[in-house]
Amino acid sequence: MALLSLKNISRSFGTTKAVADVSLEVQQGEFFGLLGPSGCGKTTTLRMIAGLEKPDSGTIQFQNADVTNLPAERRGFGMVFQNYALFPHLNVFENVAFGLRARHASKAEMGERVASALELVQLPGYDKRAVDELSGGQQQRVAIARAIAIQPALLLFDEPLSNLDVSLRESTRSELRELVTRLGLTAVYVTHDQEEAFALCDRISVMVGGHLMQTGEPRELYEHPSDIAVARFLGRNNLIKAMRLSSSDASEGEFKTLEGGHTLRLPVKHSELSPLNQPVFLAIRPEHVQLRTNGDSGPNSLRGNIREIVFAGATSTVRLDAAGLLLEALVLQPDGLSINQECTVVLPHDRLTLLQNQRG
Amino acid sequence: MSKRAAVLIVITLLVLIYGVIYPNLFVVATSLQRDGAWTFANYREVLAQSVVLEAIVNSIGLSVFTVLLCAVVGVPLAFLFERFEFPGRRVFAALAALPLVLPPLVGTVAFIFLYGESGILAHSMQTLFGLETPPWSLQGWPALLFFHTYTMYPFFYVLTGAGLRRIDASLAEAARGLGASRMIVVRRVLLPQLTPSLIAAALLTFMTSMASFSAPQLFGGNVRVLTLEIFTARQRSDVVMAVTETVILAVISLAALIFFQRYEGTRKFAAAAMKGAPRRRAAIASGKTRVIATIVAIVFAILLVLPVATLVLVSFAREGSWTTQTLPSAYTVANYVRLFSEPLAAEVFVNSLSMSAIAAVASLLWSFCIVTLLVKRGRGRLIDKTWRRLLSLLVLIPWALPGTVVAVSVAEAYGRPGSLLGSFVLVGTFWILPVVYFLRFMPLVVRAVQASMEQLDPALDEAAGSLGAHAWQRFTRVTLPLVWPGAVAGTLLAFVIALGEYVASVLVFVPANRPISIAIASELRDFNLGAAAAYGVVLIVIISISMVAAGKLERMRG
Repeated sequence: MALLSLKNISRSFGTTKAVADVSLEVQQGEFFGLLGPSGCGKTTTLRMIAGLEKPDSGTIQFQNADVTNLPAERRGFGMVFQNYALFPHLNVFENVAFGLRARHASKAEMGERVASALELVQLPGYDKRAVDELSGGQQQRVAIARAIAIQPALLLFDEPLSNLDVSLRESTRSELRELVTRLGLTAVYVTHDQEEAFALCDRISVMVGGHLMQTGEPRELYEHPSDIAVARFLGRNNLIKAMRLSSSDASEGEFKTLEGGHTLRLPVKHSELSPLNQPVFLAIRPEHVQLRTNGDSGPNSLRGNIREIVFAGATSTVRLDAAGLLLEALVLQPDGLSINQECTVVLPHDRLTLLQNQRG
Repeated sequence: MSKRAAVLIVITLLVLIYGVIYPNLFVVATSLQRDGAWTFANYREVLAQSVVLEAIVNSIGLSVFTVLLCAVVGVPLAFLFERFEFPGRRVFAALAALPLVLPPLVGTVAFIFLYGESGILAHSMQTLFGLETPPWSLQGWPALLFFHTYTMYPFFYVLTGAGLRRIDASLAEAARGLGASRMIVVRRVLLPQLTPSLIAAALLTFMTSMASFSAPQLFGGNVRVLTLEIFTARQRSDVVMAVTETVILAVISLAALIFFQRYEGTRKFAAAAMKGAPRRRAAIASGKTRVIATIVAIVFAILLVLPVATLVLVSFAREGSWTTQTLPSAYTVANYVRLFSEPLAAEVFVNSLSMSAIAAVASLLWSFCIVTLLVKRGRGRLIDKTWRRLLSLLVLIPWALPGTVVAVSVAEAYGRPGSLLGSFVLVGTFWILPVVYFLRFMPLVVRAVQASMEQLDPALDEAAGSLGAHAWQRFTRVTLPLVWPGAVAGTLLAFVIALGEYVASVLVFVPANRPISIAIASELRDFNLGAAAAYGVVLIVIISISMVAAGKLERMRG
């Protein structure tokens, strides 16, 4: 049974629908991500989980109890805010103790729990510091300590790393994950940074335009995006407009690209088959596009002409034109490749994905 | 709606209904009634009198000229002191806003001592040039405009200065880079950007001038203005005249407010929050210009301080020692001793301090009620937009109305047993003045509290909520500690202004609540110049201490 479940949650602000009919489940002990571009409704969804915002419709259940209308202060979820929201008039100790004081914890218990929370975020002995004396990274840790000090039933993060600089972001990221796992906490983590979500989360829901598009493990999302918006949002992708051919058998789909008129085969479940004569999108990651110069031709191989090679350090992007079908390929070393060179482009059939949802 | 919200709304509405809506409607209704029938007869009669028309024209004319003169003085000074660095700049900058905290009555008294026809300056001229009569008299239009410019130019100086500080220096640099001359930069880039500041200053100056009472009363001569006409009509017990003129004055003031705000709304300005290079003050390089700038700074600094210095000097004058001499001939501390030893004089201080404190504290408490309803919060607001607009408007009304109007409307509405207060008659009791002070100055406190609350990061309240703090804990442990410096600073400001209040007090005071300003006016009438000055000096000292404290609090907030 899921620890937290959202059922058909919607929320509008004025005429804009911020969150539309979102349903999701978070399991006990899971590190769950809400990923999407800014304005996609992920923060609003998190705020509704926290009780800071009320859904217009739908229900939120926690441990099988309906908490939809329970105010934030009675949910017992810890939350780490994007700007940390540390109380500027209180020192580090008082900030971390805030939630314990609200619960009327005894002095001894308070001291003990604050100390252990500060220990956990590697800020022991910072009790008496004023929060504005701390660096951004330290403030971040205090915000986390404050949230875990109340021993939350659920820990909520609203883009907590977005105010840190890049180098600090990566180290904080792994510490955060480690901390949550060690304490056996369940976390919901909002971010617009795909890399961050992939590195941290067990499962991720991708939201676009207020809708929940797809939920799955990072790899699954990346390699088999279910729809065009997810495919576009998660890294670079070659989106190929194609039409299904009638000759396809049960295990494989056969498609003809609208540009270039190439024939591509890919494994498709029968249930996913789209009607004939209706354009669909196929997707393949640039790093899965293979380039060969030896003229070898097999299934899903097209002739292409190299139009541009962009060197970007560890990898290079090669832009190709295959009889009008423009493709991008990612190669480690562009050795032996040059502009205007003819080559064979292979789109491995197990790497091609048929996008189910053509929205976006 | 929660129970808490309901309580807040009830308190807020009660105050607004009793304090703002009912008295003002009552006055309007009274002005439109005769022998129980609705009619415009009062207006026809009042407006048929040339005295009244003259008063209307004078009030508006005086305000327009005051705005122009204050702009002519204030804006160039702001440019000079905000944009350039030279010896003496700081001295002036520190004193520039002094007239703003000087109670108008005290300033008027100081002007009489300094610039009056038997004042220090006229006397010295007379002796110096051996004149038979004083070289001028502090009377009529020139006197009023001179005094108004002295007391109100800071609106233009302060707001233009603030506007200049906000302007992104790179805009001027970009214009220069495109080949614009210095003059074109000022005219085409800086002035358009300053328009909101200038309009705000013009509005404040116009309204303050419309409401001006002390100066027209003490040296207006034959220049009749509306505030004074209302006062004399009430002295004559001509209620119809007083009430009708009150409505006319209120309408003019509100029309001005709407006019200025309309104009402000029709133009678009670059967001001040844009990231840009802050401008540094340029040092004046040329030696000659430097000397001139320094002289300007020193002259203006002296002009600013002289009235206060005169007041201090006269406060030490022995009674009767200053008749035909340039300066008082004998000095004493007797005036001060009298203030603190004579029970009647001490009572005046107790009255003013307690009434101002009551009004200020009530304003503070009530401000929290209304501001809670007004401010934006993370979890949605308690009331919707139309209601918030209406509340803001109702708070604004007593601020926009001259003190005379506020006092007359409360005095008329609660002058006899009525529907709202039953058999209780407010007029004639001690409480009339605290109530009037509250109504006049609560908008200041509301604005201070609102500004502090809006600066508060809504995430703090949410963070406290997510940590388990309920509404009251969030208010006392997060909101209040962060908001109180700004709120108390605003309250102190309201307190000190109430302390020197004269315009409204003179209309409704009773022996039981005689405030300082009334005491000053009566000492002046009895030619106890030293005593009047001593009252003024003590008032200035209290005000200065409060303002320093308020400044400290403001800095705490930042």
